[in-house]
Amino acid sequence: MTEAEADTATASAHEADPTVTATSSASAAPAPTPPVTFQTTDLNVFYGGFRAVQDVNLTIYKNEVTALIGPSGCGKSTVLRCFNRMNDLIEIARVEGSIVYRGVDLYDSRVDAVEVRRRIGMVFQKPNPFPKSIYDNVAYGPKVAGQKKGLDEIVEQSLRKAALWDEVKDRLKDSAMGMSGGQQQRLCIARAIATSPDVVLMDEPCSALDPIATARIEELIVELKRDYTIVIVTHNMQQAGRVSDRTAFFTTNVDSTGGRTGELVEFDRTTKIFTNPKNERTEAYITGRFG
Amino acid sequence: MTAISSPMDVPATSAEADVSFTERRTDWQGISFKALLMAGLGFAILTLVAVLWNVIVDGGDFLLERGTSFLTENASSRANEFGVFEGIRGTLWIGIFVIVFSFPIGIGAAIYLEEYASDSKLKRFIELNIRNLAGVPSVVYGIFGLIIFVRRFDGFFPNSVERHLGATTAAAGATLAVLVLPIVIITSAEAIRAVPRALREAGYGVGATRWEVTRHHVLPYAAPGILTGTLLSLARALGEAAPLILIGGVLGSLGPQSSLFELEQLGEQFTSLTLMITQLAKRPSTVAGWTEATAAAIIVLLGIVLMANAAAILLRNRFEKKRG
Repeated sequence: MTEAEADTATASAHEADPTVTATSSASAAPAPTPPVTFQTTDLNVFYGGFRAVQDVNLTIYKNEVTALIGPSGCGKSTVLRCFNRMNDLIEIARVEGSIVYRGVDLYDSRVDAVEVRRRIGMVFQKPNPFPKSIYDNVAYGPKVAGQKKGLDEIVEQSLRKAALWDEVKDRLKDSAMGMSGGQQQRLCIARAIATSPDVVLMDEPCSALDPIATARIEELIVELKRDYTIVIVTHNMQQAGRVSDRTAFFTTNVDSTGGRTGELVEFDRTTKIFTNPKNERTEAYITGRFG
Repeated sequence: MTAISSPMDVPATSAEADVSFTERRTDWQGISFKALLMAGLGFAILTLVAVLWNVIVDGGDFLLERGTSFLTENASSRANEFGVFEGIRGTLWIGIFVIVFSFPIGIGAAIYLEEYASDSKLKRFIELNIRNLAGVPSVVYGIFGLIIFVRRFDGFFPNSVERHLGATTAAAGATLAVLVLPIVIITSAEAIRAVPRALREAGYGVGATRWEVTRHHVLPYAAPGILTGTLLSLARALGEAAPLILIGGVLGSLGPQSSLFELEQLGEQFTSLTLMITQLAKRPSTVAGWTEATAAAIIVLLGIVLMANAAAILLRNRFEKKRG
């Protein structure tokens, strides 16, 4: 895809209906652009009087892995947490601009954040299973959503998709706290997909894991994108290179008063970002000259 | 030495040691600090042992001699016929009031403050004042109880009119329930605050509502801490005497009341173990038996408080096991 085409795709993604976008860009370009899942427009996030991120315009495409990378404090996790309104839990957080998810503005006053989180699952930095059995961990999401029948199937399906079934099928009633860190994180992935979301957000899912467990999660991420749209925040650039289709590079701007605000510097296909970035700050970060 | 040497042999054979780790610097500050800490602990334990020893030496034989009759008989003007039954009953009534009113109201307030209330100036003002209330001397609560529960509610129970001006078991229970309420709120709020954010996020992350996260994750995790705090406050209530004196507790026998618990007792006069101990201690020590009876009543009170604490520990362990 050429630069011009990528720009066209981004521009057309601003339209509300993602299906329309998909067909129009498919007819315009030889390599069809997947449907848009999220479109942020001039997204600003404030914590009290402090602006954490500034004017982020980012497009997340369906069934792709999008990596958000950048130095510490650049706001990539903050942006991620806007996608399922997790920032609502931080009282002083305020979001301006819009995030449209499949044609719906997530921050519209009529939107129920609880329902949003059911459709858009999340995996956190440190594995955080509930102090309950393996089975109950996976079944919890569907249960609170009101599902009573077929929980056994959901648990098995989710654990299989998370590549954990064979390891735990004989001890589903055991506490999740007795598992290794890598297993716990895969359990958290199983828990996130048990509510059959269509997006899974991952906030540095491997940062607390050893290299072998990390490799397994990375394999899993690549497999999961067949069924889910994945947005992953990572500190590890090699990881972004290995698993993602597109990469968004964020960095921190320091203004005259010393205030630090994160901004999106460059967003493109991962191969492009890593081999031929347009912005020199991206290049400096990728090549390890800063950050 | 064999041709294949074990790794342990390597430094000695390959080169003479040119470093030494055997010189030791004496850490005087560390040693004296440790000694100071141990002295502090020793002093605390010694005080406790001295108190218990005194009480047991004074009252142990008396209690053994009297056996269960000391627990089942009413107050008397003769030491060898004195029993603390009415006191035990009053103290248990107070415990019931604290459990029934302070625990749910206090834990509920704590949940509201920690999980629901938005962080505003009003919230911080309320929190500050709850902390202040926890530090108010118990006598002040006695005055409060006298004005509200005794005077205002005089005549609330039909049989209490004119006879004792509303100084009822219910008034005593309500006063002490109010006295420990701030302590219950503070300890419960602290236990709830100690629940890891990651656990809440996990719940919200799969689409649980605030109530579901609170009910399924926050409360079970905070349960051991809440339990410890609330039962300690129960022990505090059982040990109070000053407010009960102020609201007109009886320092003598209540007269003939038969069964252990009857709802009618709520509207009747009350006494408690602490009041009985106060009363016994005022008897002349020159008359044989009163010193021993006082010590024996103290042993009974300590026994009840210890049982409450033991229950707290057992329940906490159970909750902690559940928490995994």
